[in-house]
Amino acid sequence: MRRPGAALLLALVAPCAAAQLAIEITGAGAQRIPIAVAPFPGEAALGSGLSAIVRANLERSGLFRVLELPPLSPAPTEASAVNYVEWRARLADALVVGSTAARPDGRFEVRFRLHDVVKGADLSGVAYTLAREQARATAHRISDYIHEKLTGTRGVFSTRIAYVVKRGERYELKVADADGAGEETALVSSEPILSPAWSPDGRRLAYVSLESKKPVIYVHSLADGRRQVAANFKGSNSAPAWSPDGRQLAVALSRDGGTQIYLVAPDGSGLRRLTHSDAVDTEPAFAPDGHTLYFTSDRGGSPQIYRMPVAGGEPQRVTFEGSYNVSPRVSPDGRQLAHITRRNGRFQLAVMDLATRQVQVLTDSDRDESPSFAPNGRMILVATVVGGRGVLAAVSVDGRVRQRLTVSAGDVREPAWGPFTN
Amino acid sequence: MRPIVFPAALAVAVLAGCASTPGEEQSPVPVEDRQPGTTGAAPAAPGAKPQPVAPGAVARVDLTAGKPSAPNPLKDPASPLSKRSIYFDYDRYDVKEEYRPLVEAHARYLRENPGAKMLIQGNADERGSREYNIGLGQRRSDAVRRMLILLGASEAQIESVSLGEEKPVCTESNEACWAKNRRGDILYQGEY
Repeated sequence: MRRPGAALLLALVAPCAAAQLAIEITGAGAQRIPIAVAPFPGEAALGSGLSAIVRANLERSGLFRVLELPPLSPAPTEASAVNYVEWRARLADALVVGSTAARPDGRFEVRFRLHDVVKGADLSGVAYTLAREQARATAHRISDYIHEKLTGTRGVFSTRIAYVVKRGERYELKVADADGAGEETALVSSEPILSPAWSPDGRRLAYVSLESKKPVIYVHSLADGRRQVAANFKGSNSAPAWSPDGRQLAVALSRDGGTQIYLVAPDGSGLRRLTHSDAVDTEPAFAPDGHTLYFTSDRGGSPQIYRMPVAGGEPQRVTFEGSYNVSPRVSPDGRQLAHITRRNGRFQLAVMDLATRQVQVLTDSDRDESPSFAPNGRMILVATVVGGRGVLAAVSVDGRVRQRLTVSAGDVREPAWGPFTN
Repeated sequence: MRPIVFPAALAVAVLAGCASTPGEEQSPVPVEDRQPGTTGAAPAAPGAKPQPVAPGAVARVDLTAGKPSAPNPLKDPASPLSKRSIYFDYDRYDVKEEYRPLVEAHARYLRENPGAKMLIQGNADERGSREYNIGLGQRRSDAVRRMLILLGASEAQIESVSLGEEKPVCTESNEACWAKNRRGDILYQGEY
């Protein structure tokens, strides 16, 4: 077995503030909830502008319109009596008030309360005890809480994303908060890295590395940088996808000729072949129930999406519109299928309603690739090319909310949105 | 042969040159067991340590002169074996007739050197899914591998893999460039 040259590779986990993702909002929802987030008295001691992070999160989601506030005197806290008439006059439908206080043990306490201004009702509040360096994570938790209370859907502000940055011949596998902050580097290589996939517990990434001059699948533990070979058979090993229980990977291997789909344990044991065709069968993706596998195959003459039972059985074709439909990803509720479709020579992100088989194209791009659902199913992260540069785009499933994530002087590609972890 | 430790990049070429016995038509090229990147001294002096050069004496190394008398056929530009790339049409995976002599030459080499090992890397142009493109590149490297086996090479000598769209030789987005990226590349052991 060939071994990677030690000099080529350097696994490290180190914050890299200078290169982090910048997010630009390029589209918002039609019905945004007007919300006021008052500054939290005492938050300056935490350093990172707690209420400002909450405001930025809510605004970026495309579901809220965050109101500009005049200086408030006296500054309201979570304990203040709220004058709803006054807040209605400011056109707020919802209001967040809070405060922070230093504790004798050096930690901090953050309290906040959410009000429904229209109904004149206190919707409840939460208190957190935290160390100073947890301020950003706490702001994300508060944002998640507000998102869930007001939209009925769990927020994804506390989740993380993985992606690959290419600068010249240097490839870096990165992990960052969903807002692009707190970027860390999991792997640096002089050869391409592709198809990162999060384990369901959010602790490991499976990916394909070309460090040994051929595609090999690794499973990488993020906390300690430990890497394990999951598939290094003769030929190519690619397209890893985790089963929802985290006990198996579906992979594409060429060991028996052609490219076919197999199941293998993350430690490389228990190989089982799933497809038997003389076509290219690749890009497996589990449905959330773990029983159905979607994949790309050109068995019908052009690449299309098929599905089959994980237990084995005859694949059925799922996509019929157009001559190129690839990269299937099933939504967390199992109802929608994100994929890339080619229309007039342009590769665009589309979503199929699996019950009605209706397809909606969500972008106007030329080169969308590698879609990935947010764990709440509301947004899809996709790689695309803008002005000759690789960037990431986050698009809501109705196509209205749009964000663009870029890095300075480099291409970002191969995004994967991580799972809920709290 | 002077006991000089060569830089890694030169080592492979020098090894091959030394191993060829002048006068022999097809001397087997050594199967290089070493790891890529190993800095190797010449096999003519196994285990030899670089010796201090006497004061005042300067060992002259002239890379422009003294080409080995029987060059490694895999590197010799005059040999068809130095041709390593096979290009494919868009959406096609069959080895075109114009590349038949090239594949035949490599098949003959593998037949005559049963210890030789080969890696074929298939490639695709940038359009479409990266993973599907790994599948398309694999189809191209498999086609070259099948042809070599039909021509008498042994299955165990050849591994066919795909780099998909990840290692383009040309990076512009136009057909002229894409055509250069739809290819299979032949590498011999020691070159990968």
